[in-house]
Amino acid sequence: MSFITGVGLTAFGRHEGSSSLDLMSKAAELAITDAGLKRADIDGILCGYSTVAPHIMLATVFAEHFGIRPAYAHAVQVGGATGLAMTMLAHHLVESNVVRHVLVVAGENRLTGQSRDASILALAQVGHPEYEVPLGPTIPAYYGLVASRYMHEYGLTQEDLAEFAVAMRRHALMHPGAQFHDAITVADVLNSKPVALPLKLLDCCPVSDGGAAFIVSREPTGEIGVRVRGCAQAHTHQHVTAAPALSELGAEIAVARAKAASGVAISDVRYAAVYDSFTITLAMLLEDLGLAGRGEAAAQVRSGHFDQDGAMPLNTHGGLLSYGHCGVGGAMAHLVETHLQMTGRAGNRQVRDASVALLHGDGGVLSSHVSMFLERTR
Amino acid sequence: MSGGKPALADWTAGAEAIAYQSCSACGSLQYFRRSFCASCGAPDPEQKYASGNGIVYATSLVCRAATPEARAHVPYNIVLVDTAEGFRMMAHGDIDLAIGDKVTARFAQFAGRLVPCFTRITS
Repeated sequence: MSFITGVGLTAFGRHEGSSSLDLMSKAAELAITDAGLKRADIDGILCGYSTVAPHIMLATVFAEHFGIRPAYAHAVQVGGATGLAMTMLAHHLVESNVVRHVLVVAGENRLTGQSRDASILALAQVGHPEYEVPLGPTIPAYYGLVASRYMHEYGLTQEDLAEFAVAMRRHALMHPGAQFHDAITVADVLNSKPVALPLKLLDCCPVSDGGAAFIVSREPTGEIGVRVRGCAQAHTHQHVTAAPALSELGAEIAVARAKAASGVAISDVRYAAVYDSFTITLAMLLEDLGLAGRGEAAAQVRSGHFDQDGAMPLNTHGGLLSYGHCGVGGAMAHLVETHLQMTGRAGNRQVRDASVALLHGDGGVLSSHVSMFLERTR
Repeated sequence: MSGGKPALADWTAGAEAIAYQSCSACGSLQYFRRSFCASCGAPDPEQKYASGNGIVYATSLVCRAATPEARAHVPYNIVLVDTAEGFRMMAHGDIDLAIGDKVTARFAQFAGRLVPCFTRITS
């Protein structure tokens, strides 16, 4: 068994003068303290990557900087799915007795450490270097392609997509650490600057500075245990040109494997934390995961189904769309918020019941998927 | 290609053509050039030129580019096209293209390079 025993999250937005290592350290310190542990208790480190300060041995660089000499350490790179992929690996590492307490950490000064053009350019390199990148696509364009097709096949409209941005913003207004603090409307989303149509500025997550961390341990360190019930991955392609049909994407495969690994059904789930780099990402993933019927996610978000007091509270911190996106740490914030909800510490954002949660991450262009079920134990 | 025949010149090498590969062992098609078939692993898939005809699968109009060279072309349409031969490719397309349109390829300069650009066939 494995448990998430502590979590740490910085505010997202601008952290002028903070390096990636600074943000990682800040989040790591918060997580270790939250778990009731000391630095010396940590014997494993898994970290993400930094596009601002790339390094071939980031985990060791961080370990030295932070003052830990771990028995196991390396970086993991699966794009937006990295946070949950690291959690899955940490789960298996502690279950197989390789280490006792794994620190999973990521942080990046992606907003203030480089120009927005540099960020967009770095991320566009997930495209094929010979057959896609020379055409000048951007990450929003890759997802814009997917959006156009999904809208064509399932009748989704730009107004439908806008509802997801509005809902995530509504949630972010409840969190002081979120990057955005102004309410938005469907009209605001529709009238925002075109980026890669059908996606407009408010359909896209921002670029942020921030850090996130958590501890994965063999035993709970506090009164309430948050146990990893089961997790699984699926990788169907890297480049959008080589993606399978919409009906054969990896989220459905990953969640089916995670259900088999955990014995948990979607009907057991009380809280959802789903990757939301763009409004289309969230709309598709909710339907792929079975949290909404095909073509029904927009109607459900409009009806309040995914609100704090709805039947399936979703990304109550505001998600990537409105809490912010600092790279690997961005989707780790989803797990931090889930942990706060499951342990009854979400304050004004607390939901009635977060006893079982489904988390899902996506890397590339719906290329790499990780699904995970967490369960509260006493 | 390592040890195989030289690659057919296509737009990725500055020639006005679209090339693909066809596996003589399993019949699979692939667009990204390799020295083997990604479906069955057989070596040296046959290289062929595509007709340039196809149907639009998806579109995204890029209005915010990341480099000064690309910004000079904004807005430009990125499209996925299902070719008549049966493989999918990314390219540029005329601004007015819609999913399902029958298209044919021409070639255009973009940010200092030759790229395929699809245009609607009026029938």
